[in-house]
Amino acid sequence: MIESIGLNYIWLVPLAPLVAFILITFLFKRFKMLSALTAIFSMVISFWLSLDIVKTILTDHSITMNSPLEKAVPWLNMNGLFIEMGALIDPLTAGMLFVVTFISLLVMVYSVGYMHGDPGFSRFFSYLALFVFSMLGLVIANNYFQMFVFWELVGLSSYLLIGFYFYKDSAAQANKKAFITNRVADFGFMIGIIILYLYFGTFNFAELAKGISSSSDLAFLTLAGILVFIGPIGKSGQFPLHVWLPDAMEGPTPVSALIHAATMVAAGVYLLARGFILFASSTTAMTVVAYLGGWTALFAATIAITQRDFKRILAFSTLSQLGYMVMAIGVGSLTAGMFHLTTHAFFKALMFLCAGSVIHALHKQDIFEMGGVFKEMKITGTCMVIGGLAIAGIPPFAGFWSKDEILLVAKENGYTLLYVLAAVTAFLTAFYMFRLIFLAFFGEKRSDYHAHESPWTMTVPLMILAVFSIFGGFIGAPFVEHGFASYVYFGEPHHPKPDIMLMGSSTLIALAGIFLAWLVYIKKAISAEKIANQFAPIYKFLYNKWYIDELYQWFFDKIVLGLSALLNWCDRYIVDGIAHSIAWMTRTIGAKGRYVHTGSLQTYGLVIFAAVVVIVLFLAGPVVGGVQ
Amino acid sequence: MSFPILSSILLAPVLGVLIILFIPEKEDKIIKIVAAIATGITVLLSLYAFVNYDQSVGGIQFVEQIPWIDELGVVYALGVDGISLPLVLLTAIVIFTGVFASWDMEKRAKEFFVFLLALVAGVFGVFLTTDLFFFYLFFEVAVIPMYILIGVWGSTNKEYAAMKLTLYLLVGSAFALIAVIGVYLYTGLNTFDIQTLTQYTYDVGFQKFAFFLLMIGFGFLVPMWPLHTWSPDGHVAAPTAVSMLHAGVLMKLGGYGLVRVGIFLFPEGAKFWAPLIAVLCIVNVVYGAMVAMAQKDLKFVIGYSSVSHMGYVLLGIAALNTLSINGAVAQMFAHGIMTALFFALVGNVYNKAHTRMIADFGGLAHQMPRVATGFVIAGLASLGLPGLVNFVAEFSIFVGAFRVYQVLAILAISGIVITAVYVLRVVQKVFFGPRNPRWDELQDAKGIELVPIVILCGVLIFLGFFPSFLMELINNGVDPFVQEYLSTLKIGGMF
Repeated sequence: MIESIGLNYIWLVPLAPLVAFILITFLFKRFKMLSALTAIFSMVISFWLSLDIVKTILTDHSITMNSPLEKAVPWLNMNGLFIEMGALIDPLTAGMLFVVTFISLLVMVYSVGYMHGDPGFSRFFSYLALFVFSMLGLVIANNYFQMFVFWELVGLSSYLLIGFYFYKDSAAQANKKAFITNRVADFGFMIGIIILYLYFGTFNFAELAKGISSSSDLAFLTLAGILVFIGPIGKSGQFPLHVWLPDAMEGPTPVSALIHAATMVAAGVYLLARGFILFASSTTAMTVVAYLGGWTALFAATIAITQRDFKRILAFSTLSQLGYMVMAIGVGSLTAGMFHLTTHAFFKALMFLCAGSVIHALHKQDIFEMGGVFKEMKITGTCMVIGGLAIAGIPPFAGFWSKDEILLVAKENGYTLLYVLAAVTAFLTAFYMFRLIFLAFFGEKRSDYHAHESPWTMTVPLMILAVFSIFGGFIGAPFVEHGFASYVYFGEPHHPKPDIMLMGSSTLIALAGIFLAWLVYIKKAISAEKIANQFAPIYKFLYNKWYIDELYQWFFDKIVLGLSALLNWCDRYIVDGIAHSIAWMTRTIGAKGRYVHTGSLQTYGLVIFAAVVVIVLFLAGPVVGGVQ
Repeated sequence: MSFPILSSILLAPVLGVLIILFIPEKEDKIIKIVAAIATGITVLLSLYAFVNYDQSVGGIQFVEQIPWIDELGVVYALGVDGISLPLVLLTAIVIFTGVFASWDMEKRAKEFFVFLLALVAGVFGVFLTTDLFFFYLFFEVAVIPMYILIGVWGSTNKEYAAMKLTLYLLVGSAFALIAVIGVYLYTGLNTFDIQTLTQYTYDVGFQKFAFFLLMIGFGFLVPMWPLHTWSPDGHVAAPTAVSMLHAGVLMKLGGYGLVRVGIFLFPEGAKFWAPLIAVLCIVNVVYGAMVAMAQKDLKFVIGYSSVSHMGYVLLGIAALNTLSINGAVAQMFAHGIMTALFFALVGNVYNKAHTRMIADFGGLAHQMPRVATGFVIAGLASLGLPGLVNFVAEFSIFVGAFRVYQVLAILAISGIVITAVYVLRVVQKVFFGPRNPRWDELQDAKGIELVPIVILCGVLIFLGFFPSFLMELINNGVDPFVQEYLSTLKIGGMF
């Protein structure tokens, strides 16, 4: 038995923020600072315990992917349904715990500055604590049921936080859209786990893994795999259920950073990693996962190059990066997917917090109304550039190593088309990200704004994240021995051979993207407007996000609401209509039938006798025989 | 003989009625306090029974028997097991909170509470008795006060709704009555004891016949599509506490009857008719939810959502396995609490705003944050969010039903999406959005109005996180019956 405070008190990791949520909601709501401190303090506890778990795993090599530590308590036991709540601890869990608690802690500190003066200050921190509780419950889950429960609860926190400014119509629309889109996905996910349970008799990951590896029912495994994958399609914003994520930017920016970039949306990828054996058992399922991820990566990037809103560009970039991660899992590398998830959490959280810092200062979100912000906000600007270099994939920044590994495994496993898609996406990514940076932070001031650097509560988290965005990739860089891949893997650790050609070419692609952005937006050698005008239909198509939102809106307004109105009419006039006509018949017969009331006792007696005979026959008939 | 807990539960509201009759009309505060105490006693006693029920022994407990009509073998027999006990507790919670939700009832308060308590005594009787004769008797006791309560204290088309409801329920009970008399005559055991009647082996033909009658009879009550149209009209017309009781408890009499009398007495008959119920209940689930989406009046939305959610109960019953029936019973409990919460909240808003039209509202969370919070919790329960007890019930039904009816179960699960759509639309349109100055005068729920909201939300959340308190008790009641009567029938599908 390993002695570790983190492992012994693993329950506290999710429960600390839950306690904070309860305390804030019921006791501290009136005291703003106390609420914030309670939430932050609970995060310090979770973070510290998570660090201890990571440390234990790094120093004591007895907990590996193939020999995890599991703890569980029965939650519900009925004939036909046995459910546990538990904790499954392996390097995958530990890494994710670190990411979630680390980013949550930074975002909470940041929010003290960002949300300063907001009337919903305490409510904000209580929701954040609720979110972290749900997310950590999801991360430590040792079975699909628990995963699903917390999966839905993170959805709830996301709903509450997107709608944080509930008085804005756009926010009230966006959170509804987010929830319903995710519900569509969870519909598939739920059926998936139900059939898994009925087939194997358990929700437990380890037991399922045993069952799956000894099962040869390929058709079933493919079906189950694809159904379960529908969950991540919603949560991790894969095409065609990606529509909610850009709208989710209606929430406060720290929320966008934490939930809609770094952690919750990555839960889908985490689920794919956690249940990897299910997908890996079916080539068809894996192919679906891989191509859908690759397609989403490219698709979202094409939209990102045309958008004007600071946060929306980042949102599409999140979609695109999530596509990378899903693709990595699909081409067979749990390691690459999780590695990119980790580095992405650092640099995307960084960029969103930079966005928050800018929005906080300027009260503007349109990058065409900014320009030259760098001069006034040096720290934020520098951090944003670091984030940009990281996501673009410039060595030695974090994103370079993880993105490179994805490209490498795609190539190695023979997915040439996906490799090309990913490379094109990398080019687009570098371009749109530096389009954003050049337009917002450099060049001339394009509108009348007053900017100032944000308070330290906001800049300190930025600087910490910036450090991680620079050096964070080294944990998995090919020259590091016993790096990320030695801990987080499926089956056996796999260290892809560093491919200098590939590294060189992807660096060149990234540089080309940045160079093009520089040409267009700084040097103005090429006019973006001219290109947009020349290819107006394509530009409009991309700017309107391929009109997918409109398509869904049309489907909802016309088909769903139409059907609803039709059924409502049926209920009023057909179902109820029949009932009314029966009532009318009864009344009519009654009106005519009163003439039967002759007042003659003999007649009554005869009728009563006849009725009794009929009833007795009716009742006795089946007994005596007849109806079978 | 030990303290007669169950009779006390039954008689507490009756005693309340008797006391209220002697209180002058003007003293409506005292009348309300008496009603609150009488129903409060039922809550405490049912909680006591709930906690002290011995699961290791199982079966019918807290038995009380007094011979009533010897010639007919009628016995005043009370007793509860894992199936009825949760429903007794549900009834107590709903009526207790219902009294607080009617705290501002001023119109003929005395008569209102007299009828309300009489109604609830009937409902308690149905769940408590183990004698088929009394089962039917109590059932009728519950229907008549309903007519008066809606007809006199209702709103929106109340005479029509009251008449419709009463006629539907009486037609339903007529079907059930034929079955009850049929069973009595068929067995010839000169007893109405449900236990004894359950052990009797019926001819398959008779089972089909009797179950059909019960299916229609109780189907009116549940309500099963297409026998459901009385219920939204009734919900809408009824005053708040009656809506709570009606949707929260009265509809459950049908589901309870189907399980207790229908399935357990006539397993073969149930097996024969189950596919029909399964198909119709999917219509309930999907059609009910779609129709709910089209409603403009808040109460109609909740009314149709009840039609939709009770479809899950029927699905659990139709799948005829322990898990699915567990889920059905739990869903009755969960839906009862949830819908009572909905009606309490809508009643609160209606009393102050004098409208229930969704289009009239918007941004109400500014003026009524507590009501909005309660409504969001009820809505989340309704759409089956984990962490609230409804999810556990629905999930059990889904897993249980999936064993038997794969396609229908998938259609039923699609209900969670449609429900999310209509619930969140209502939440958005009524509570979110910019502040509407028209409603600036509205007071948020406070003081005594908070009692129902807090209790009902508390139950939903507590049992959502710790469902074993409820589910394992239900399992304890359902499983032995299923093992004995149903498992031999080989009902099943692909798993």
